[in-house]
Amino acid sequence: MSILVDENTTFIIQGITGREAVTMARECLDYGAKLLGGVTPGRKGRQVHGLPVEDTVRAFTEAQRVDAAVVSVPPVGAADAVFEAIDAGIKLIVVVTERIPRKQVAQFVEYAQLQGVRIIGPNCLGMISPGKTRVGGIGGSAEATRRAFKPGKVGVMSRSGGMTVEIANSLSEAGLGVSTAVSIGGDAIIGSTYAELMPLFDADPQTEAIAIYSEPGGRAEYELADYMKRAGSKKPIVAFMAGRFMDEMPGMRFGHAGTIVEGRADTATSKIANLAAAGITVADRIGDIPRLIEEGLRGK
Amino acid sequence: MAMFIRVDLDPALQGDAALCKALVEACPVDIFKSPAEGQVVTVEENLDECTLCDLCLQAAPGKVTVVKLYREP
Amino acid sequence: MRFYEYESKRILAKAGIPLPKSHFCTTAEQAREAAVAIGGPVVVKSQVLSGGRMKAGGVKFADTPDEAAKHAADILVLPIKDLLPVGVLVEEKQQVVQEYYAAVTYDGRAKRPVIIFSDMGGIDIEEVAEQHPEHLSRTHFSALRPFSDYIAKTAVSNVGITGNDLTALTRIVSGLTRLFLDRDMTLAEINPIGKLADGRIIALDCHADMEQEAQRQHLDLLKDLGLVGDEKRQARPPTDFEMEAERIDGADPRGVAGNLTEFDGDLGLIIGAGGGSLTLFDAVRAAGGKPANYCEIGGNPSVSKAANLTKLIVSRPNVKKIAVMMNVVSNTRVDIVARGVVKGCIEAGFNPAEKIALFRIPGSWEGEGFAILEKYGVPYVDRTVSMDEAARIAVENMKKA
Repeated sequence: MSILVDENTTFIIQGITGREAVTMARECLDYGAKLLGGVTPGRKGRQVHGLPVEDTVRAFTEAQRVDAAVVSVPPVGAADAVFEAIDAGIKLIVVVTERIPRKQVAQFVEYAQLQGVRIIGPNCLGMISPGKTRVGGIGGSAEATRRAFKPGKVGVMSRSGGMTVEIANSLSEAGLGVSTAVSIGGDAIIGSTYAELMPLFDADPQTEAIAIYSEPGGRAEYELADYMKRAGSKKPIVAFMAGRFMDEMPGMRFGHAGTIVEGRADTATSKIANLAAAGITVADRIGDIPRLIEEGLRGK
Repeated sequence: MAMFIRVDLDPALQGDAALCKALVEACPVDIFKSPAEGQVVTVEENLDECTLCDLCLQAAPGKVTVVKLYREP
Repeated sequence: MRFYEYESKRILAKAGIPLPKSHFCTTAEQAREAAVAIGGPVVVKSQVLSGGRMKAGGVKFADTPDEAAKHAADILVLPIKDLLPVGVLVEEKQQVVQEYYAAVTYDGRAKRPVIIFSDMGGIDIEEVAEQHPEHLSRTHFSALRPFSDYIAKTAVSNVGITGNDLTALTRIVSGLTRLFLDRDMTLAEINPIGKLADGRIIALDCHADMEQEAQRQHLDLLKDLGLVGDEKRQARPPTDFEMEAERIDGADPRGVAGNLTEFDGDLGLIIGAGGGSLTLFDAVRAAGGKPANYCEIGGNPSVSKAANLTKLIVSRPNVKKIAVMMNVVSNTRVDIVARGVVKGCIEAGFNPAEKIALFRIPGSWEGEGFAILEKYGVPYVDRTVSMDEAARIAVENMKKA
């Protein structure tokens, strides 16, 4: 198994004729993903790598089953694209777009909750169940993706797309491999947090351990710690917290939009203490993750 | 000065307006320019931007050579 | 972008929130005239983005215009956490009998906007939250539905306020919330709101932060404040080094090679991307290295853009060597970055083999990239070497210099 997406997942790309999206479409197809086509208003009838382009999401959903949509449209149209996908009945939406104003994110995330739709992102690279499918640009070319993401037993969640690949690569090099890796997005408000994805990993028989990449800013790590205290997890979890240097620099934004220290709870130090108190192993160094996962698996 | 990439053009290209135009249009980093109809030259400051995409090789088969200077002894 | 207090107050005034009389001044003479115009005791407040100005002596009371001028002269040259103020705000002094706190922001955990209100204003709100939770209310509201005043009323009422104060405070909190929503703020805070001896309730100090991504939609407001839309104002203003990096990044739309922040170390960093930069910066410090800068490379910058950023960094007198490191890259091309940093070193008059302490970028096109590094004798490692191990090697190579 795996979570969220597998070899049967069908999806479309909204904004498929954009420069980045054309590349993403190629990479997904090369990986063997069931990409059906894409939407760019006014471009109906064109093709991208042999796949149809339509004006509307409904043109796809009325003709066939569409499990997911990847939104790769510029910030000004991104929220509109998400609303369109929700209203067309798509239940899993991956928002790749960066720099969408927070208010709009709060709006479509709230609407998605009301409609029972899961959002991944914004500001993410999507997700991959290695050997089965990938939804989004995660991993780059199919060849590079196969090298960094070997099928295996560790679930990965990360606020950084690049670090999702880095961690997966180290797990693959160590022979542990990845069940599903989710780039959850680097914004202050995201559709699916660690705590919301945890039950899926907990229920997935393929996933034996979980690796998490985190950053200062926001409260997602506290939510995860609370989940662990409330529900617990029988699987070892190793988290890594980047941006420790930021503790000395309140009010400065580094890296992602959501990465800013505005209060004591935002600091790396305070998050590390909180995660550790919830029974999560916190790696001091990024390179320690595979070893700590192995130790956790042996200890269970 | 370009340090990494050199592009050699077959002299036979000059005078072939269609091929010259195809080269100018093919390159995503503007390595080719046409000073006059039927002529093509390389743009020194853009050579190092070459992404090795081979679109120029496809546009003018056998008439363009991309040399990776860093692979030369 | 963060607004100065005087700018935040102009924004609040537009939203109809009652405020004390005040004048923004950049000279002592202007401060004197402002005090005359106000015609009574005033407070002279340093206009800086750094916090803690009260403790640092950046806020002083004056009974006469002469005294106001003297305080202004002092405060205008008084750095607060290394920052000089852009001016002073000369404001009517108030007789305050009770202080409140109100803020609107987004709660990433609830994924909703939230109003935070307290009847213990003027002090650190985190302290109130920890020690006096009953004096603090958190009221989440829908970002989808139009905002309704009863939500502000709920926030105020939840700490036990009633009567005329409830009505006056609801009006202020509601105005603040509408302003927050209309102007794409990430934070709109009034601390304190003051209840005066005569019963009026007004905003005494405030802080507003507009989302960088939304600035272009509010050029009307920014223009009114005498600002341009693309300012990236953080807790401290950018240094020349940072502005030059910004210029390099902006001059070429291909990829990102910028987001530079200056530090006072000797190891220049060319690192990426968002999360990778955070991880590597920590790793360099953990290995005992002293970074000269933070930066981010991402997407696919051109060779010239990467070269220009490299040139800028290696040309700083304090930079002895640079480390070029990223996480395993999917989209950024290793060979293009390798060309850029080698070229940047050479164009700045340095030997890349000596100037680059270590190159660690595994990923797409790494074969071509490594060939370039071999040719120029640049030390490099591949994906089998972790980011922290790479940082350690870079710092070690730095010491050999």
